Amino acid sequence: MQSFLATCIVAGTPLLFAIIGEIITERSGSLNLGVEGMMLLGAIAGFATAMSTQNPYAALLGAGLAGAGGALIYAILTVTLRANQTVTGLTLTIFGTGVASFVGQPMLGSTVPAEVSAFFAKRAAGVLADIPYVGPILFRQDLFVYFGYIICIFSAVYLYRTRLGLNLVAVGENTAAADASGINVNLYKYTHILIGGALCGLGGAYLSIVRIPIWQVDVVAGRGWIAVALVIFASWNPLKAFFAAMLFGGLSILGLRLQAMGFSFSQYLVDMIPYLATILIVILSTRKSGKGNLGPANMSRPYFREDR
Amino acid sequence: MIALRVTKRDVMPRKKEYAVRVLAVVLSIVFAGVIMLFFGLDPFEIFKSLVVGSVGTQMRIKQTLIKAIPLCIASLGISVAFRMKFWNIGAEGQITLGAAAATFVALNLGQTTPKPVMLLVMAMAAIVAGGLWAFIPAIFKAKLGTNETIFTLMLNYIAIKFVMYLQYGPWIDPAAQGFPKIAMFSENAILPNVFGLHIGWIIALVLVIVVHVFISKTKKGYEISVVGQSVETARYAGMNISNIIITAMLLSGGMCGLVGMIQASAIEKSLVYSIANNYGFTAIITAWLARLNSAAILLVCIVFAMLIQGGAYIQIAMNVPSSVSSIVQGTILFFVLGSEFFLQYKIGRVPQLQKEVA
Repeated sequence: MQSFLATCIVAGTPLLFAIIGEIITERSGSLNLGVEGMMLLGAIAGFATAMSTQNPYAALLGAGLAGAGGALIYAILTVTLRANQTVTGLTLTIFGTGVASFVGQPMLGSTVPAEVSAFFAKRAAGVLADIPYVGPILFRQDLFVYFGYIICIFSAVYLYRTRLGLNLVAVGENTAAADASGINVNLYKYTHILIGGALCGLGGAYLSIVRIPIWQVDVVAGRGWIAVALVIFASWNPLKAFFAAMLFGGLSILGLRLQAMGFSFSQYLVDMIPYLATILIVILSTRKSGKGNLGPANMSRPYFREDR
Repeated sequence: MIALRVTKRDVMPRKKEYAVRVLAVVLSIVFAGVIMLFFGLDPFEIFKSLVVGSVGTQMRIKQTLIKAIPLCIASLGISVAFRMKFWNIGAEGQITLGAAAATFVALNLGQTTPKPVMLLVMAMAAIVAGGLWAFIPAIFKAKLGTNETIFTLMLNYIAIKFVMYLQYGPWIDPAAQGFPKIAMFSENAILPNVFGLHIGWIIALVLVIVVHVFISKTKKGYEISVVGQSVETARYAGMNISNIIITAMLLSGGMCGLVGMIQASAIEKSLVYSIANNYGFTAIITAWLARLNSAAILLVCIVFAMLIQGGAYIQIAMNVPSSVSSIVQGTILFFVLGSEFFLQYKIGRVPQLQKEVA
């Protein structure tokens, strides 16, 4: 059981980055459906940088920048040019998929360099690893996972305990009021869409560098979309995002686990479970939304000062 | 951020509107060329090969049209849902399940069934299956207000996994000696050719007209447009919104299902899990670029089919990955999306043009 939970963390980490990225984006009032595309951009950029530099830091930086680059296209189109958010996000996904498969073509089947893999090997986090039961699950992981914990806690503090974070929440809830109170609305939107994109890129990089360290075209396999759904499940709260990510990480490895335990059923049917569960969550969260759980009130509304 | 004085503009003259759109497409092609340069490719060579590869010979023209058919029908289907602002991105799954249903009929109805009967039953099964796959998110949207974007998308993965399951499991062809493939259709389950091209092209043309008439001339079609513009208005006018959502999605999914039947019957002559071949996603781009207008869909789909066919050609002829063409497709849509702004708003001072960074 302990080892299963530890694997849930590994399987959930790419989701964690993407969910938090999308939470930060949506808090600014933008529903970016390009998560899948930004994860793919991050996955290929991280992988390619790792291949060419053998430097894990460079790989992380490359992945973050690639995700943010995708988000920049989205921000220019939806914030400055007020394009339709849904279609722009979808296009970003198509574009990101194309770029990743194009750039990745010569690297198909290559493995992440040993230096980088060694850097992301599992290591105990000092005394924390000795905490009974929880220690081996949470604190005998790789550095990337620890980075995820930090991002998770940091973004929760940022959103709920800092002026900048509260301003951001205000922008998403009531853009006009935030504007009137002197907040530079567009700057907030741009910054957080870019940060969100960078986090999605990192989520993709975790997949291509650590989780499945061999380049393959469909490395993200719909996780970006699952992340978009899980934002609702996590009610736009980074700490809840952690549990959502781990739960879904668990669901995605459940099939393999059960097969290893001797249950026999089609792998393809088991593979459906995370997607079915996502649908279930989307349905359940609409029921919840009746009680006032709808996320940022001004989401998906392009803001135009003169429209007020 | 550049400080701009932006105001809403009145209606733009038609001519100017087209000029802006054409300019957007031209800019997008220039920009795609810059991306290619960045990756060390010769953009002129690539664009030339895209054209040569898609319309250079009669054979290639035929291949291009064969790709335009599923794209066009799927775009028409998507356009009906999008007109209602129901974001059906489940076309990929609706195509896949439509193909599966048609295959079920083809493999079980018997080789002695007369061809017209066989094909009609296959088409009907596909339309029902695609429609049903779209009905599920529609009913949740109509009754509970469930977000359809993620719902329809997740159903894609489920449909594809399901066909994988069939292909590797219960439907595996025993004659294929363990190779995971489904049996080939018999002759009576294969769509006939008309003028050297499978009959799907006629179906596509007929549907272009049918969808156009449906949207612009019928009550139901009008209601769909009203719901898309304002649910409040529709409710105020006493329209049955649930009913409209469900009807539109049945039509949308049904058309996508039919694409599955056409692809299984005329192209694969069997069922593979990758039967939808991304047409369901590309059709979203084409439907949007055509501004959901049926006639424009036909035109845009032919251009995009050229990109797809040209992309396949450059992969073989120049050893350049075919994904170049999906980058070009994405870039075109980015620029067209951006250009909408200049149609709706006036800018007081000449802005510095912002370039997107890939």
